Parts: sequence; structure tokens; C-alpha cells
Amino acid sequence: MINEKTTKEKQLLNNQLLRFSTAGSVDDGKSTLIGRLLYDSKSIFEDQLSSIEKTSQRRGFDGIDLALFTDGLKDEREQGITIDVAYRYFTTPKRKFIIADTPGHIQYTRNMVTGASTANASIVLIDARNGVVEQTKRHSYIASLLQIPHIIVCINKMDLVDYSEQRFNEIIEEYERIASKMMIKDVQFIPISALKGDNVVNRSENMPWFQGAPLLHTLETMHISSDINKIDARFPVQTVIRPQVGEFRDYRGYAGRLESGILRIGDEVCILPAGFTSKISSIDTFDGQINTAFAPMSIAISLEDEIDISRGDMIVRTNNRPRSEQEFEAMICWLNNSSAQARTKYTIRHTTNEQKVMIKEMVYKMDINSIERNMEDKDINMNDICRVIIRSTKPLMIDDYRENRYTGSFILIDESTNETVAAGMIL
Amino acid sequence: MNRYYLNYLEELESEAIFVLREVAAQFQHPVILFSGGKDSIVVTHLAKKAFFPAKIPFELMHIDTGHNFPETLQFRDQLVKELDAQLIVGSVQNSIEKGRVREEKGKNASRNVLQTTTLLDTIEEHKIDCAIGGGRRDEEKARAKERFFSHRDDFGQWDPKNQRPELWNLFNGKHFEGEHFRVFPISNWTEMDIWNYIKQENIAIPSLYFAHNREVIWRNNSWIPNSEFIQLDENEAIETKKIRFRTLGDITITGGIESTADTLDLIVAEVSSMRQTERGNRADDKRSETSMEDRKRDGYF
Repeated sequence: MINEKTTKEKQLLNNQLLRFSTAGSVDDGKSTLIGRLLYDSKSIFEDQLSSIEKTSQRRGFDGIDLALFTDGLKDEREQGITIDVAYRYFTTPKRKFIIADTPGHIQYTRNMVTGASTANASIVLIDARNGVVEQTKRHSYIASLLQIPHIIVCINKMDLVDYSEQRFNEIIEEYERIASKMMIKDVQFIPISALKGDNVVNRSENMPWFQGAPLLHTLETMHISSDINKIDARFPVQTVIRPQVGEFRDYRGYAGRLESGILRIGDEVCILPAGFTSKISSIDTFDGQINTAFAPMSIAISLEDEIDISRGDMIVRTNNRPRSEQEFEAMICWLNNSSAQARTKYTIRHTTNEQKVMIKEMVYKMDINSIERNMEDKDINMNDICRVIIRSTKPLMIDDYRENRYTGSFILIDESTNETVAAGMIL
Repeated sequence: MNRYYLNYLEELESEAIFVLREVAAQFQHPVILFSGGKDSIVVTHLAKKAFFPAKIPFELMHIDTGHNFPETLQFRDQLVKELDAQLIVGSVQNSIEKGRVREEKGKNASRNVLQTTTLLDTIEEHKIDCAIGGGRRDEEKARAKERFFSHRDDFGQWDPKNQRPELWNLFNGKHFEGEHFRVFPISNWTEMDIWNYIKQENIAIPSLYFAHNREVIWRNNSWIPNSEFIQLDENEAIETKKIRFRTLGDITITGGIESTADTLDLIVAEVSSMRQTERGNRADDKRSETSMEDRKRDGYF
């Protein structure tokens, strides 16, 4: 009996974490869908439920308004919209989930990009009555731009189209037409009704023609271990640990998170940008030394040779190095109210490294409603997604964003305000 | 080892350690806001792990309302000694005496709101540019919008509508003189994660979290501990109950729940079957629908 329980507990503790993002406005039923996931997976507490029941009654809603579970800040409640990304949590016996709940409207593109940046999966909601609309393209484009590994297209409000299989298939066809223009790796379609609960947590009795799994089951079982690049070892140094006293007087550990790949004791490594080579002599954690580290572990590395290494340097395998570039192309999303200024210097944060850069050239702007390039308009304003050429004062050690989400991404910081003004993906 | 993925607790731990190392690298004078509660204890434990074998590069800062559980203070002092760390205490009592704040009156008076002034004064006095907190996004709807690196202007205020976007793992802690940051390394943890982690790591926590017999008063739907700071109503009576606390704060407003869970295993089992949120027993959150958001805007934890 006791053994059984410990095995079960162990299995629970071996569960993985899956981050997914949703985008949408109130009308798409996004809040209802999240409310349904939380409610049907019993992640809602009684005091939350009773406060929501009260509010639902006060507002004259018949039953519980599931959308109220995602209620946020004062302004959002007053206007009935999502503005900022809100994070929500639920756990099932199979996985822990983090939802980045983002707005869907074009004026909040930057918030969608933010929510999508760490997601393993994205849920794109389509209203079965309307089919693929501008917003669908926008959300899918952002998911492809941010290279979210898995996309789940939920065709919602199936109850309002008589649970029609034909309608479902029409929308899949429409969606595949737009998706073919984008870089989408893995896409699945699920017909649901968030309001009625069809195919969200429980299999729908109204759509026996659908052979696939309900949404929650899909999220619980999708393969995510390969979402992280395990080939190219990249270890940006965050800080150097030097106790300087006691038994660890001579210890010098380079602390950081292995952003991709695998490193082992004895591996020949190269320290960039200087280019010195050495061997890993130990990989340390508080819980003891380990032989093998893999992404995304936070570790401290010691080397056989004494080399001057500090924050911003990157430790990689000698035979697998990132590109070292002073000029490169990137897609950026402008995040700030004040527009980009030509020839202005920005600070780039790329991994733990900072340099001065400028936007040398704006190549084109993406119209994310039509997925067409705009070559004429050269201004970069808030929410714009543009292809640009960046020039830095010193070389940066970069990878393509497509290959590596963490060494392929960066932010730009405006030195006059200290604000984060742009998010970039290296091409 | 042939498993090449982290389980969820390992991933949360790695994320928190990454954030704590960013703090050490990006700020001049960071402190851990230490309340003696389980969340700040877990943050301190993570800091220990992040900088091992060196000492933690942060001082601990306690905002002391003067209405403490004696057990919490004892625990705090013991931990500070163990870590060989420095302790900064900001005293609400001093703020009252100096006339910086005025004590609330009446039965439901609390020093909860007053803490904000003391906190901001202490941050200014010690020129602290980063206060690391144990806030979690699952606690409350205003906290669900909080960033890992959360900017505070030179009045200590939070502007929820104008937060810096936070993408990937690129945290921007740049700030001007007089401004500071609040950093929340365990943003993505839930109450359940905290308990599972405390159990897994065998982290010491104050005895108040375990079921024990205590004199209590039934008030605002929870068991408020009897203490020298409590004024009794004529309808209220002191009873002795077996209770434990799910959160720890000012003794005058922290309600306990009836429980027999007196080991970590039993607590984990109890929390996983719990149908009420942990802050349901906090009188400070019940003042209005947006009380947390309002307090946070002003500079609260």
C-alpha cells in the first residue's frame, strides 16, 4: 500500500511542465475556454467559485459565467477585455500547466508576442460560425514568428453550427491555406464548445464523428521533451561564483543556465568571444556534482584552466559554435509607445550579453492581418513587426531563432528611458 | 542518468535560480524580503542553491509590524545565523512613532497597509535597488499580472498598465537613481508546488504551519489567534482549537484553519484536497474586490 503510494507520488513528481498561450477577445470564447479548463480540471477553489457565482447573478447571467475566472485588473474588468498577459496555473495527474492568457486585438500585438515567447504550445481559437478571419491569421502568424513548437486550432462554438462535421472540415481547409504561407511545425484541429464543455476536458457526445482526443488530453500527452534544442550546447555565463573563504577558497564556478544542448565533464569547450579553449573539470549544483548537464538546467561549471571569464561570455563546445556577427538580420516586434528612431543607439540584451547597437536598415514591415510585406512604410511604431538589419559595436555570438530560441532572441533597451522597446528574432 | 528533461519542480527551481542569479548580476544592493512565511523561506533556500558554495549575496529584510508570532521571529533569527547573512529590520512601530503613518482604529484595525510606508522608507534609507519577494501569480488576480522583474518608480509605485514587456528569459533591470525593482523568482509556483518542494528539499519551516493547539477567536470566517493585540467583541469568545496556518503574516489578521496535519506528508495531502484558496483566510484581502491591486500600486509587497 505504502509502496503503491510512493510510486504514484514519484510519477507525479516526474510530470513535466507545459506552457501554452492563448490569444483572443471576449467574443471568441477564450475566457470561457480557460474557465472551462480550470473548472473541469477542478482547479477552481470554492471561495473563487462562490465569488464568481455572486458576480454572475448580479450581472444577470444564467448559471456561472466561466469567463469571470480570467478577470484581471480594474481597467480590464471595467472594459471587459484582456489587456496585459495574465498567467494562470492548473495541474492534472499528468502535467502542470502554465497558461499565458493574452489579448487578441491588434493594438495588443506586443502582449501576444510576450505571452508566446516561452510557450510550448499555442491555442488558436476560431469561431465555427465565422471561420478563418483576420484575427486567426494574426494569431497564427505570431505563433509561427515566435516558433511555438505546437499549434492547436480549436474550432469553437460547434454547438452553434449543429456540431457539423462538414463545417469543421471546411474550416480546416481554409486554415491550411493560410498556414501554408507560414512556418508552422505541428498543427492539430479540435472541434469544441467551450460553453457546453464539448471536447475540452471530456469527449463530446455530440460529435461522435471526431476521432481525435479532447483538448486537455492533447495537452497532457503531446511530446514536449524535444521542444528544447539538445544538440547545440550554449552556456551563457550569468555570474561567477567565488566563495574565497574556507574549504572552497580556490573555487571558481561559472554560473548560468544551459540554454540548449548537453555538457559533460571532460568536454572540450571554447569560451566566446575570446576563443580560449579548456576542458570542463566539474559541473556543480547545491545537491552535488553531476556528470551530465542538459538544458534548461541551472548549474555552475568549473574549467581545467584559469581563464578570465565574466558575465556575457558564452561557453560552447569547440566543435559546435554559434555565428559571431556584427551585422545581422532579424524580425523585430516594436513594443514601445515611442517609435524607433533612425541611427539611434539602443542597448541590445542577447543572452547575458549587452552591447550598443543601431537599426541600420528597415527592410520591410509585415502586415499581420494579410500576411503581406509592406515595402513602402519605413516607420517602426508600437506593435509593428518588421524585418531589420541590426549593427552592433562588437560581434555577438548568435544562432538562428529557428534553431535556438534562447541564443536567437534579443531585446532592445532605450537608454534614455531604460524601457524594453523591441523584441527580436535573429534570421 | 538517461532522462534528458526536467520534471516540473526541477524546471521551476532552475527558473528561480536563473532569476536570482540575474538579480545578483544586475543590481547593486539587492535584498530578500523575508517575512518568515513559507514563500520567503523557499526563496531564501533557492538563493542558497543559486550561489553555492558561496554565501548568498543578499541581505534579508524584514518589515516588522510589531504584531508578530514569536515563533516567526525566532525562526528568522535562527535562519539569519545559519546563513551568516545580514538582517535589516524596518519597523512599523517606528514609523508610527515618527508620525510617518497613523495607526488604524477599531476592531478590524490592522497594520497591514502601514507596512507599505515602512517598506518604502527602509528601501530608501538603505539605498536598496532590488527587493526580492516570494509573491506568486496564483495567489491573487493582481499578482497574476506581475512581472518577474517589476519596476517601481521613485515613489515606489507600481504602474500595472505600463509594465515592461518580459520575453524569453531576458530580464531588464535597468533603472534610474531612486527607482527600484521588485523581483519574484517563484512567480510561476503554486501553493501546491511550494509544499511539494518544501517536502522534497526537507526545508525547515516555522512550527505554526503544523497543526497545534492554540487559543483562537472566530472572526471573519476564520480562526484568528488570540494575542495581546486583539480586542474582543462582546459576542466573541476565546476557544482552544487544533489549527494550523496556511499563510503567515501579521498575527492580528492571519487566520488559521482547523486541521490535524502535523507532518509535511499530511500537509501536502491536506493542501491537495483543499477547496479554499490560501488567501481566503487573510482579512487584508477581503477589504474590497481590488484591495491587492490598490495596495500594490502604492508599493505594497
